[in-house]
Amino acid sequence: MTATARRVVVTGMGATTPLGGDVRSTWEAALAGRSGARPISAPWTDEFELPVTFAAQAAVPAADVLDRREVKRLDPSQQFAVIAAREAWADAGTPDVDPLRLASVVATGIGGIWTLLTAYDTLREKGARRVLPLTVPMLMGNGPTSAISLEFTARAGAHTPVSACASGAEALAYGADMIRAGRADVVIAGGTEAAIHPLPIASFAAMHALSRRNEDPARASRPFDTQRDGFVLGEGAGIVVLESEEHARARGARIHAELLGAGLSADAHHVAAPEPEGAGVNRAVRDALHAADLAAGDIAHVNAHATSTPAGDVAEDKGLRLALGGAADGIAVSATKSMTGHLLGAAGAVESILTILALRERLAPPTINVDDLDPDVTLDVVRKDPRPLAATGRLAGLNNAFGFGGHNVSVVFASA
Amino acid sequence: MASEQEILSGLAEIVNEETGLPTDSVQADKSFTDDLDIDSLSMMTIVVNAEEKFGVRIPDEDVKNLRTVGDAVAYISQAQG
Repeated sequence: MTATARRVVVTGMGATTPLGGDVRSTWEAALAGRSGARPISAPWTDEFELPVTFAAQAAVPAADVLDRREVKRLDPSQQFAVIAAREAWADAGTPDVDPLRLASVVATGIGGIWTLLTAYDTLREKGARRVLPLTVPMLMGNGPTSAISLEFTARAGAHTPVSACASGAEALAYGADMIRAGRADVVIAGGTEAAIHPLPIASFAAMHALSRRNEDPARASRPFDTQRDGFVLGEGAGIVVLESEEHARARGARIHAELLGAGLSADAHHVAAPEPEGAGVNRAVRDALHAADLAAGDIAHVNAHATSTPAGDVAEDKGLRLALGGAADGIAVSATKSMTGHLLGAAGAVESILTILALRERLAPPTINVDDLDPDVTLDVVRKDPRPLAATGRLAGLNNAFGFGGHNVSVVFASA
Repeated sequence: MASEQEILSGLAEIVNEETGLPTDSVQADKSFTDDLDIDSLSMMTIVVNAEEKFGVRIPDEDVKNLRTVGDAVAYISQAQG
């Protein structure tokens, strides 16, 4: 980074996840090692004879937070995004910002799938005249960023990076780029997902991507463990307020962390399988370190993508080892999907928030369910209990997010 | 078959669901656009829900003639008749 580059800081955070309805409850549950996975409370698991009957549903239903009208007019993915954005905006101290300098970058991996498929049911059962006029605004993938742009009057741009399970991290990278490029001073950035619906479950199960540990949901997500058999589908949203350091300092904002840089790469290997040697991961992590102007030895903590799939976790281990070399031995690696499940397009945003909290609180959250560490894993995985990070000095950490399609995103943060 | 009063209160519930406006603000003399500030997308949603609730058909070309709540009540009443 050049000396004249605009620095990007995080001044607000908001989340609604399977662990809690806000950032604080999510973080406390993560430190306590609680799992958000449980049996799905809906009749359709039996109706469709789904091979997977559990998921990590949002701890607090959106309908408990929003008013009835918002629930009717927003797809569930938009509802989660709005809830998290309101928390983040309040946490940032409701910045007074020129609407022309405020942007929204909110990603989703799948979009408004509940709206899409419910509307199709209506079309088939009742005909075209019964399809509601708000169907398109509710199903479109840019719906969440649009809802947030409208609510907060963000006119510098409203964008939606789509890269499957890397989307949320890519949104943060894009938002930081907007600030560095001078297109905005403040960006509401993050990811959202609400895809706990029978069709995605059937589809992911058809790929053998989901854990089938139906009899023991809380033990199903077990990244880096020898008995891992797939990910646990989660839902929710994570939103941060990114801000140029200059803008944040001028208004006396509290700074949670600095977003130092990001690296993005594509595997061009296979539509779903990770590149087995971790080459794409390696490039993303190296580029992120380069953008942050850091060496591998400067990193204290990694929040790994680690979804609990047999192939993915080991490929990430290899990629991180390639990028970090011997320095990896001193880095506390956490796989928080062991608790949250996999929030797809929201994962990279929620896990960036957990990374920031780990650096700020100087405490790496645990990875639960690692009873028997895969011998192919060379990283220092934080197991069972949270691990204190260095008590003094500025801490840097890295969040990884990868997606079907071969997308790799790595984002580097440092404590304030 | 519903009375005009029943249609009015049913319509008020639909408008409330869509816009959040209190049901007692939905009176026969109120204009959907000028008084209730209902945009065209919301109006079409109200029409779809009214068709379902009252078992009538309100063609698009007739919707633009429904300026007030009273116009809609009269239209639905006649369509049911």
